[in-house]
Amino acid sequence: MTALPPGAIDCDLHPAPPSVSALLPYLEPHWADAAGHRGLHELETIAWPPNAPLSCRPDWRDGDRRPGSDPERLIGDAVEGFGTRYAILNCLYGAPMLYSEDMAAGFCRALNDWLRAEWLDRDPRLRASILVPPHAPELAAEEIERMAEDRRFVQVLLPVMGETPPGRRVNWPAYAAAERAGLPVAFHAGSAYRHPPTPVGWPSYLAEDYAAQATAFQSALTSLVAEGVFQKFPDLTVVFAESGVAWLPAHLWRLAKYWRGLRMEMPWVDRSPEEIVRERVRFTIQPFDAPEEPDAVARLFDHLGSDDLLLFATDYPHWQFDGMGALPEGLPADLVQRIAVDNPLSTYPRLEEGEP
Amino acid sequence: MTVEVLDRPSGETPAEAALRIADCDIHPSPKSLEREIYPFLEKRWQRHMERYGARPRQPFLNGPAYPKGQPDAARRDAYPPAGGRPGSDLAFMRTQHLDPNNVGFGVLNPLKSGQGLQNLDFADAYCRAINDWQIAFWTREEPRLKASIVIPYEDAAASAREIGRCAGEEDYVQVFMLNRTAEPMGQRRYWPIYDAAAAAGLPLAVHAFGFGGAPITGSGWPSYYAEDMTGHAQSSQAVLTSMIFEGVFDRLPGLKMVLIESGFAWLPALCWRLDRVWMRMRDELHRCRRRPSEIVREQVFLTTQPMEEPRSPRQLVECIDWIGWDRLLFATDYPHWDFDQPDRVLPAWVDAEKRRAFFRDNALRVYGRQMP
Repeated sequence: MTALPPGAIDCDLHPAPPSVSALLPYLEPHWADAAGHRGLHELETIAWPPNAPLSCRPDWRDGDRRPGSDPERLIGDAVEGFGTRYAILNCLYGAPMLYSEDMAAGFCRALNDWLRAEWLDRDPRLRASILVPPHAPELAAEEIERMAEDRRFVQVLLPVMGETPPGRRVNWPAYAAAERAGLPVAFHAGSAYRHPPTPVGWPSYLAEDYAAQATAFQSALTSLVAEGVFQKFPDLTVVFAESGVAWLPAHLWRLAKYWRGLRMEMPWVDRSPEEIVRERVRFTIQPFDAPEEPDAVARLFDHLGSDDLLLFATDYPHWQFDGMGALPEGLPADLVQRIAVDNPLSTYPRLEEGEP
Repeated sequence: MTVEVLDRPSGETPAEAALRIADCDIHPSPKSLEREIYPFLEKRWQRHMERYGARPRQPFLNGPAYPKGQPDAARRDAYPPAGGRPGSDLAFMRTQHLDPNNVGFGVLNPLKSGQGLQNLDFADAYCRAINDWQIAFWTREEPRLKASIVIPYEDAAASAREIGRCAGEEDYVQVFMLNRTAEPMGQRRYWPIYDAAAAAGLPLAVHAFGFGGAPITGSGWPSYYAEDMTGHAQSSQAVLTSMIFEGVFDRLPGLKMVLIESGFAWLPALCWRLDRVWMRMRDELHRCRRRPSEIVREQVFLTTQPMEEPRSPRQLVECIDWIGWDRLLFATDYPHWDFDQPDRVLPAWVDAEKRRAFFRDNALRVYGRQMP
C-alpha cells in the first residue's frame, strides 16, 4: 500500500443533493415554483445511475440513499478515512445539462449556494468547484464572478462533453472569467449528451460510455490546444478530472505529430502540445487505468515525462479501487509527495490561503 | 510487366532494403471515372453520379469535410509524370514506391468508393464497381498488389451479398470498412457483414475516415483538419470498444480485425481501461465473455502508419512491447503526405526477428498469403 503523506489533498470527490427538493430553499422563486408546478424529475445523469457498480464503492453505500448525499459519510469515509487536509467537491448532479440556458443557470446557482451552506460551512477541510451552465458561457462568467468571492470555491467545473468542443471560442467568456478570478477550469468525465458520446454514435452500454470518457478527454485536449486557449489565456490552468491518465502519452505523441505536420492551420500554437500540457494541464489520478505491476507503472510515468501532472484523488464515492489503494503501488516517496501535496497546492493557489 | 524483386536473406545488410516487405495501406485512384469506373457501373448510376453527385453525410459535394493540408492529401512528389492523380498510375507506383521500397505484398485500400453515401442503392452499385476495378486495373496487372472488398456497410444485407460475390476471387484479401460508421460498429445491424467475412475467411479491415454523421468528438464538430486527423484514433478506440463489448469477437472467434491508419500507441491504455470496466460491470456486458485485452491479443491487428512519434524512440519500442510484436502490420499510406518511410520507422537497434514480424510476417500471417 502506498501511504499518503501528511497534508494530502483529495482533488476529486462527488457530493450529491439527496433529492431535487433539497435544492428548493436555494432556488430563486421562479425556479422553485417551476420545479413544483412542472413536477421536475431528479436530475441525475445517465452517466452515473446510482445503483451501477461504478457509481459507488460497496462499502461506501448507505442503503438506498443517493451515493455522496450525506456530508457526514463523505467526511468520515473520505476526508477522515484518507486523512486529507483538503477535499475538493465536484458535484456531478445534472442541472448544468438542462437545455434552457436560464434554467440551467438558475439551478447551478442553487447548487452552488447549497454546496456552500450544506457542505463548506460544515467542515473547514471542504472546498468546492463552481457549477456553471456549459452551453451559456456568458451566464457561466456571471456565476464565476458571483461565487469567486468565496475563497473556498477553488475552480470552475464543466463536463468534458458539452455542446461545442471546449476550445471553440464561443466558450471563451467562461475561461476569461475563470482566469480573472485565478481559478482553474476543470473538465470532468461526463456529458451534456448533446451529441453521441462516441464518434460512431450512441453506445449500447454504460461500460462503453464510461470507456469513451477517456477518448472524450483526448478530443477535448486536442480542441483546447488547437484553438489556442492556452495562448489566449496565459494564466489559465486546466484540470482533467476522472479522465484516466494512461492514454496521455500516446495521445500527445499523435497530437504533437499532427501539430508539426499541420501547423499552418493553427499558427498561434507556438509550442509543442507536449510542452503546453506539461505546463498547463493537470490530471486527477483516479481512475488510474494502468497495469498494477510497478515496472509498468514506472514506465508509464517515464512516458508521461513529468512529475507535475498528477493530482491525488479518491473519486469518492465512485468505485475505482478498494481499501486505501488510491495510489498505484511502487511509487517513490518524492513522487507521492508531489502528487498528493505539491501539485495540488500549485494547481489551486487558493488552498495556500488556509482557513478563510 | 513483371518486376524481379530480390529476396536477399536478412542480416546481409542492416537496411530494410534487404527485406521484402508488406505494405498494408496503399491508396489507388482511378485515372478517370469515365474510363476506369464507368465500365463497371450501370448506366443509371453513371447518370445519377453526374446529376446528384456522391452525397456523403457532410456539407460538401466535392472534397472532404475538412480541407486537407496538401492537394489530395498527397505527397507532392507523388504526381505521376504522365498525368493524373497521385496513386492513379501503376507504372509510376512501381518505380516510386513498390520497387525502391522492396514491397512484395501490397494491400490496396480504395478510399473513394460508395462507402458512407446516403443513397444506399447507389452506395452498393458504386462499391461493386470499385471492387471490379481493383481487379481489372490493378491486381491482374501487378501480382504484388492485393484488393479489398469495399462494401456499402450501412446496408449489411447488401454488404454480405457483395462479400459473397467477391469472396471466390483470390486477389481480394480483406473486407474493407471505414471507422466512422453511423452507429458503433459492434451493434447488431452490422453483424451480417462479420458473419460473411468470417464465412469467407477474410479479415475485417477498418480504415480511418468515413461519413457516419455523428461528430468526431462527443462535444460536436471540431474546427481543424488536424483535429479530424488526430480524432481517427478516438474513433478507432470507440469502434474497437463496441466490437469487444457487443460480443462480436465471442460470436466469431475466427474473425480477425485490422485497424488501419488510426495509430496504435493508444492500444495499451485502451486495453487497461476496458479490462477494468469489464471487470467492474461484467453483468452489463453479458455478450463479452473474455477479458478485452485477451480478445485483442487473439483477434485484433493494427497497421503502423501514421506511427506515433515520441521524442524518445525507446518509448515507442516499449509501447510496441506492451502491444506485442505480432500485432502490427507495416503500412506506408502511399501516396499520402504522412507516408511512413520503411527504413526510418524503427530504431536501428530493434532486432531482426522483430523487424521481420513488423515489416512482413505479421501481414502474411493475417492475410494467409505468401510473398508472390
